[in-house]
Amino acid sequence: MTNQKVDEIDRSIYDFRYEEDDFYRIQSGLTPEIVEKISEEKHDPEWMKQFRLKCLDIYNRIPVPRWGAPIDGLDMDDIATYVRANTDMKKSWEDVPDDIKDTFEKLGIPQAERAALAGVGAQYDSELVYHNVKDEVAQQGVIYSDLESALTGPHAQMIRDHFMKLVPPNDHKFAALHGAVWSGGSFVYVPPGIKVEIPLQSYFRLNAKGAGQFEHTLIIVDEGADLHFIEGCSAPKYNVANLHAGCVELYVRRGARLRYSTIENWSKNMYNLNTKRALVEDDAVMEWVSGSFGSHVSYLYPTTILKGRNSHCEFTGVTFAGQDQNLDTGAKMIHLGRNTSSFINTKSICKSGGISTYRSSVEIKKSAENAKAAVSCGSLMLDSRSRSDTIPAIVTETDRVDVGHEATIGRISDDAVFYLMARGLSEEDAKAMIVSGFASDVSKELPLEYAAEMNNLIKLEMSIG
Amino acid sequence: MSEPLLQIQDLSAAIEEGELLHQINLEIGPGETHVLMGPNGAGKSTLGHTIMGNPQYRVTGGTIRFDGEDITEMPVDERSRKGIFLSFQNPLEVPGLSVEAFLRSALRARTGKPVRIFQFKKELESVMELLQMDPSYADRDLNAGFSGGEKKKAEILQLLMLSPRLAILDETDSGLDVDAVRTVSAGIREYQKRTGGALLIITHNAAILNALQVDHTHVLVRGRIVADGDGSLIDEIHRDGFEKYIEMGRDMLKET
Repeated sequence: MTNQKVDEIDRSIYDFRYEEDDFYRIQSGLTPEIVEKISEEKHDPEWMKQFRLKCLDIYNRIPVPRWGAPIDGLDMDDIATYVRANTDMKKSWEDVPDDIKDTFEKLGIPQAERAALAGVGAQYDSELVYHNVKDEVAQQGVIYSDLESALTGPHAQMIRDHFMKLVPPNDHKFAALHGAVWSGGSFVYVPPGIKVEIPLQSYFRLNAKGAGQFEHTLIIVDEGADLHFIEGCSAPKYNVANLHAGCVELYVRRGARLRYSTIENWSKNMYNLNTKRALVEDDAVMEWVSGSFGSHVSYLYPTTILKGRNSHCEFTGVTFAGQDQNLDTGAKMIHLGRNTSSFINTKSICKSGGISTYRSSVEIKKSAENAKAAVSCGSLMLDSRSRSDTIPAIVTETDRVDVGHEATIGRISDDAVFYLMARGLSEEDAKAMIVSGFASDVSKELPLEYAAEMNNLIKLEMSIG
Repeated sequence: MSEPLLQIQDLSAAIEEGELLHQINLEIGPGETHVLMGPNGAGKSTLGHTIMGNPQYRVTGGTIRFDGEDITEMPVDERSRKGIFLSFQNPLEVPGLSVEAFLRSALRARTGKPVRIFQFKKELESVMELLQMDPSYADRDLNAGFSGGEKKKAEILQLLMLSPRLAILDETDSGLDVDAVRTVSAGIREYQKRTGGALLIITHNAAILNALQVDHTHVLVRGRIVADGDGSLIDEIHRDGFEKYIEMGRDMLKET
């Protein structure tokens, strides 16, 4: 084992892993042969195969980013290990350690989902739920499927027109890697004027092989349509390989509205280098709700391109960095259209030596007259060992804009903890309630069961270390 | 007097800068109403917080017993669950935590049992009505953006919902207008009526005591109890002020 292994100190409550299988360590670099093999296994159309190979070429030419949290623990010379490790997961529920089973219990994860989350095989119950939901929305003309099968289905051309057009492979090294080896993920298309009443949840189809490592989400909400899509869940997601380089591309057409919610809780050895981007057209609304938990290192800055006139975006996010975690998260807004508006509201929490960095960028281009942008970020540090940084950038190219920024940073108040304890709450509960309250901007935006899960997750994180 | 509910013996407490309470002796029997008076900075709040177990204050001598048990070293939350309540002079704001969710969690922590939602809601509604609080306050973040008066009412709301056996009210009446004092006072009477609980009222103001039967009064000066008496002591202090007792405090200081 080389430097890809990350020390996991007292992480046993969340994380477990399989014995390293030497079988996958035969080839080290990522070669065209490996990529072709992946393409073949997935029955890609020819264009996708060529696209993957082009991405591989780009990947091999772009250097690893050096500007954020250190990712030295990733051995890029041995990338094949990361790519191949997820291709086969044949372990049984009996192999899952008791403490992980406990965690599922504490988080209130339905029994049906647990095995899938633990990465020990397909879950027929969740598959059933997924199909029911799929059938229900299909009656409205909504397409909701895994991306791989959609590639050869009736919407093949639509996917070809949109796939990695918002996040081009030359964007950064991990986008190129993603393009070369992507696997699994969701495709959603909502036809014009259709309002999808129930939130679609990728939760239902977690059993897809390779989901959660290089998955690609492509959502197109056509003119005047309305969708709430929920990705991920609060349960710790385990992967044999410790690199996650997913990609999310969201197209919000004229007058449409898309809410995209995620609660992510990666196992604490994970390098989470995810790219998410949305394109918003005239009079359309994009809403991000984002909870980032777990992982060893995260780089996550969902980007919204406000292209259309009067388009609007709201980003609400919370990040929780505990021991041995360095989470670099934020959001990016690019205003192109007139009268566009954006609002970023983030909360970050750090404890037990965790590092959380809020990094954002708001760019208001010359064409974006009368644009409005507001950024509000708050940090809560639970002890003096932890660290919180705020790096907000605002660049405007036109004068006729209204831009506001506000940042707060603070320690958890001993007096407030005493106050709640004086009402009978344990110290742990008192702190968890203060932190949950601090993060409530996010939980208030989530459906009830997800909000409850997130609060359970905060409580669990608070009890570690 | 029956077995005291609260029994403080030779209690001294300090912060880093020095000792604030010196050899306090105080006994409160079940259901009794005590009033603690004294000039500003005498240590009244410190005594309240020390009884509650605020870790900011270090007990340097003596004992606190509650219901026969030595609680001097007991953590705050356990004292609370045993039945001690402290109404804060400056209640803390907890953004994102609703009054209702907070009360439910506190009740669950105290009883160890899940709260019966329907009954709880009915109870909450009726207590809020008694305190002339708008029902919307149940959904508001605990004390966040509340006016001074609203915060004090919210403290009495907690008192009535949590039903402790001993309530320490730390200047619950300060900064309130006449109507609010009347409402808070009605809340305190309701607490006595419902639970028969004991009270230690820290106050400067006779108005809040008007409708209450006071059993004992204590005067605290410079961290020492310099006088004990019955309810009539309150009237005397209101007539003559603390002058005489401040003198007594000086004399006691000289003696030690």
